[in-house]
Amino acid sequence: MLKITNLHATVGGKEILKGLSLEIPAGEVHAIMGPNGSGKSTLSYVVAGRAGYEVTAGEITLNGRDVLAMAPEERAAAGLFLAFQYPVEIPGVQMTTFLKTALNSIRRQRGEAELDALDFLKLMKAKQKALGVTDEMIKRPVNVGFSGGEKKRNEVLQMAILEPSFAILDETDSGLDIDALKVVSEGVNALRGPGRSFLVITHYQRLLDYIVPDVVHVMANGRIVKSGGPDLARELEAKGYAEFTGEAA
Amino acid sequence: MSNITQDTIDTVKSLGKYEAGFVTDIESDKAPKGLSEEIVRFISAKKNEPKWLLDWRLKAFMHWQAMPEPQWGKLDIGPIDYQDAYYYAAPKQKLSSIDEADPKLLATFEKLGVPMAERARLAGVAVDVVFDSVSVATSFREQLAEVGIIFCSISEAVQKHPELVKKYMGSVVPYHDNKHACLNSAVFTDGSFVYIPPGVRCPMELSTYFRINEMNTGQFERTLIIADKGAYVSYLEGCTAPMRDENQLHAAVVELIAHDDAEIKYSTVQNWYPGDEEGKGGIYNFVTKRGLCEGKNSKISWTQVETGSAITWKYPSCILKGDNSQGEFYSVAITNNFQQADTGTKMIHIGRNTKSRIISKTISAGKSDSTYRGLVKIMPKAEGARNFTQCDSLLIGNQCGAHTVPYIESRNPRASLEHEATTSKIGDDQLFYCQQRGLSAEEAVALIVNGFCREVLQNLPMEFAVEAQKLVGISLEGSVG
Repeated sequence: MLKITNLHATVGGKEILKGLSLEIPAGEVHAIMGPNGSGKSTLSYVVAGRAGYEVTAGEITLNGRDVLAMAPEERAAAGLFLAFQYPVEIPGVQMTTFLKTALNSIRRQRGEAELDALDFLKLMKAKQKALGVTDEMIKRPVNVGFSGGEKKRNEVLQMAILEPSFAILDETDSGLDIDALKVVSEGVNALRGPGRSFLVITHYQRLLDYIVPDVVHVMANGRIVKSGGPDLARELEAKGYAEFTGEAA
Repeated sequence: MSNITQDTIDTVKSLGKYEAGFVTDIESDKAPKGLSEEIVRFISAKKNEPKWLLDWRLKAFMHWQAMPEPQWGKLDIGPIDYQDAYYYAAPKQKLSSIDEADPKLLATFEKLGVPMAERARLAGVAVDVVFDSVSVATSFREQLAEVGIIFCSISEAVQKHPELVKKYMGSVVPYHDNKHACLNSAVFTDGSFVYIPPGVRCPMELSTYFRINEMNTGQFERTLIIADKGAYVSYLEGCTAPMRDENQLHAAVVELIAHDDAEIKYSTVQNWYPGDEEGKGGIYNFVTKRGLCEGKNSKISWTQVETGSAITWKYPSCILKGDNSQGEFYSVAITNNFQQADTGTKMIHIGRNTKSRIISKTISAGKSDSTYRGLVKIMPKAEGARNFTQCDSLLIGNQCGAHTVPYIESRNPRASLEHEATTSKIGDDQLFYCQQRGLSAEEAVALIVNGFCREVLQNLPMEFAVEAQKLVGISLEGSVG
């Protein structure tokens, strides 16, 4: 599925990722935990292809395809999805319009037939129901006036509709109360399956009680410094990151 | 369907030989280059016009010669050589049916999305196609005539309804209004005429597609729409022009008159050739559009989507004379590459309790410059007058400019005026968010800009709105990445 080898990346001339390697096989959920400034969000942006994040060495492949050679939208069409930590507002553009345009762009890139308005609406309704997203919400402009919880639920709704093979959840738990956290986690769990992998980025172990990972990695100073099972997350919660930041510095 | 009337054909044929000295090739049917009193007389004679109209044209021509170019726009306009253009050209083919039309011409209609028969039949739209100055086809006229509506070319109206034309033409935009209006009054070759009788609600959207065809042919359309007491009409105007190297002058005049309780909705999608990426070529679009809310409770609403032209100079305005009358202006102006636009509106409140609403969305990309220029004027007797103005600008890239120049003149201390303005840029985060969901950078810009313009676009009639949304995307191609 996703394979990252010796990845180095800079932002504004400063090296943030310093030789990161990571392999996530099909069907697995991996979590990355780490202190602020360890490069977790940078990793998600580099994988998704955000401008300004420059890869200086290393490679990323998704199902054997060279991710770094692709434009961001091509990565999306190749099955890559990023649930944003801070979903962006697009005034005046209805959620439905946005999602239909996105889905059809991806289908077109894959050489698949585009969905017409009616078929899309059916698909939307079905996915909405599972996530408890109201009709009123999808008629609003993208993320405009959404609460923190609504924004995150909206990200998961988009993921459910675009059906990526590999998804990164970048601090999807931040700003969520416990009820919203449950809804979002259930949404993610419903999408788990043999053909789909996840990379869950989080500060807190709490999220991992709901989305139970197969592997937990600790990231510090631009590298993966330790990997283990779900227990590692609980260990970190108890001890903190001092051991790793100290080691890295 | 194609009632290119036998009248028109015969008239044009009979006028093939012009006595005044130069020979006109009936096939090209074009007056020699340049502008003179003789040309004005030639056009008038070609159109078999009554003397009062010729005199009116000549007065306009005299004023035009003396009048300076308007200077208030924030526009860089090179000197215009008025003698290096043609002022009259009729289409080469004289058709008795649309089937005989030039396949190339029909192909262009296809591209524009105007398969005429289809469109007319399916959408129920009456299309009065003006093709290089002379109306080629007018449809649905009989159906409209049944309820007493007159919808024809202005040339035909001059012949068949001279009393209406004489009464209203120049009543809202006088022939001496400004230099471009003078020029139009002197040399206008065709355009549309609409009259809706008292109490009649026009059963369909009236639509005209303008198109510049001949090389070097300035277009001088003149449109006159009258809604009598209690009448309603929605009129659509759309234009596009093919690639061209030399600058072309386009100076149209549109006059609207709404009597008591009448409403006129006028929608435009303007997509004249904007010039190439280096700023070479493109249309000069100098338009005078003005509506008069003559009667009480009358309403005039302008909606425009301006994407084309090298230079746009255009201020569709409302004179709110009748008590309780309302004026609206909804505008989207998009400039890219080296385009320049100076557009806006004037709302002149004269009557009591008059209301106006201005929503302007300006989008600049490339090295273009766009200005909203608007005037809200409240006269002393306009008790209870109210205006709301909102001007939003969106910048794409860092080499373009957007300017907002709202003028307010209030002579009634109890009038209520509100003005809101914003300027924003398309954010990298917005672009990346869309791209991560699978949209290309260009699709993302089109989507974001369409969202920005939504309030205006949703005022357009349905099929026009769809066309306009596509245009928004097309006109910003190459503005990112």
